[in-house]
Amino acid sequence: MKKFSLFILGLWLIAVLLGRLLQLNPTQIDLNAILSNPNAQFWLGADDLGRSILARLLRGVEVSFLVAITVTSITMAVGVLIGLIAGFYGGKVDQLLMQITDIFLAFPGILLAIAFAAVLGAGLGNLIMALCLTGWVSYARLTRGQTLSLRNRQHVQAAESLGASVPRLILRHILPLLASILVVEATYSLASVMIAEASLSFLGLGIQAPNASWGAMLRDAVRYMLVAPHYVLIVGTSLMSLILAINLGGDYLRDALDVRTNE
Amino acid sequence: MVVFGVLLLTFLLIHLVPGDPVEVMLGESVTQADRTQLRADLGLDQPLIQQFGTYLGKLAQGDFGQSIHTKTPIIELIKTRYPATLKLAFLSLLIGLSIGIPLGIYAALKAGKWQDLVVTIVSVRLSAMPAFWLGPMFMLIFAVWLGWLPVSGMESKDSIVLPAMTLGFALSAILTRMTRTSLLEVLNDDYIRTARAKGLTEPSVILRHALRAALLPIITIVGLQMGSLLAGTVITETIFSWDGIGRLLVESIEKRDYPVTQACVLVVALSYVLVNLLTDILYKIADPRVRFAS
Repeated sequence: MKKFSLFILGLWLIAVLLGRLLQLNPTQIDLNAILSNPNAQFWLGADDLGRSILARLLRGVEVSFLVAITVTSITMAVGVLIGLIAGFYGGKVDQLLMQITDIFLAFPGILLAIAFAAVLGAGLGNLIMALCLTGWVSYARLTRGQTLSLRNRQHVQAAESLGASVPRLILRHILPLLASILVVEATYSLASVMIAEASLSFLGLGIQAPNASWGAMLRDAVRYMLVAPHYVLIVGTSLMSLILAINLGGDYLRDALDVRTNE
Repeated sequence: MVVFGVLLLTFLLIHLVPGDPVEVMLGESVTQADRTQLRADLGLDQPLIQQFGTYLGKLAQGDFGQSIHTKTPIIELIKTRYPATLKLAFLSLLIGLSIGIPLGIYAALKAGKWQDLVVTIVSVRLSAMPAFWLGPMFMLIFAVWLGWLPVSGMESKDSIVLPAMTLGFALSAILTRMTRTSLLEVLNDDYIRTARAKGLTEPSVILRHALRAALLPIITIVGLQMGSLLAGTVITETIFSWDGIGRLLVESIEKRDYPVTQACVLVVALSYVLVNLLTDILYKIADPRVRFAS
């Protein structure tokens, strides 16, 4: 499983690097090649504007990773901070913060991100903002739950009675114990952010043309499904392989780091 | 409290629009008078607190305001679109349950054998696949290649099959896993051994004794999953041109018809809150321990 996951991810990495090296142009239009099948010039065929699907896929995966990594880092930092504060102090602070997360959780799945993206407008920056605004909640919940129990561990109590400051307690005595569970959560969240980004782009709320994005490509591919079924197949398979690889990687990390989540 | 928060957040949405929402909605080609008119219609010229008060007051009377583009009251739009979504969600749930539970039972009975492995791997991976992947794949296979079902739209009776399958499959994958796990947990209990020792037939042991106890976590999962089901309708309805509330949402975003967007988000979110509430109640009815504890 681990090998398979690394293999797929490695394959994509090499492909992206090769694409950059060969200077494949994802926005070059060839009107003779519109929706053409895979051939010698266009290895994976061309899209509805005669652009190379391969070049666009490779650029798309770059954007996708960029968004996923940015969003995951920001949401993790914010969410963990909020979770630590709520879990460490407890009481009123905890209640207030958790009530806010409850409100965010009352919106099913990606709905809130759609709503934010809708009012913020399309584009990469707004897309990242919309995903960040909704993504911190799960980290906050996770961190808070763990901190609540870690707070009463003996080593924390001991450090506290020895006069350790709050930042020191949190940074030296609680956070390190959260690291492994957060790493696993972050891996899964990479995949889910990628799905969310693709969903928003699919709905026309994410990355805008002529920039490449898998979600937008999939939308175009669905539109031309009758004339060019290879387009939707290629984009669909690519997307599946990547998400599968990341999730398998997450499973591997979970087992390797021996993290138990209650889900 | 949560409902209040949902209302507040949805209300604030329109204020997140960068710049002046009225400008964004109307574009450049209108007169100053039109702008002032819309601003007054939406109450955007009043203090924020007062706006929120008015918003709540109107909602209480079932008044969502009107669409900026068509001028139709939004409540009418929702009345025509919401049933389509409910129909889709209900059928998906049915598909999810009728595939997921039997498959989960099968996997639990074959636990550790290759059948179990296949079912588990397929369902785990399937559940990670987004609707906008599964939908086009189904469309390609069943509508384009095999030609069994209509590609999209709502004209024929069969139109609902593909979108419902898309949503139902994802749900069934999760249900399969859940059923397997929770059935395996109870299968080792003493009362199951007793039932077998009494000489009951295997189907009777599984269906009447084990499954009843195993159903509890499944209820919770179904409730939680209704959320992603509702959100999934946004994408699935867009793929299959199904005129439900999800598509209304997407259309309103494309037209920058923010009052409609706001209303759709609110309706979907409130449905989710309601489903969760029902799940809790159902859970209490199904589990005597929860009933007596509270």
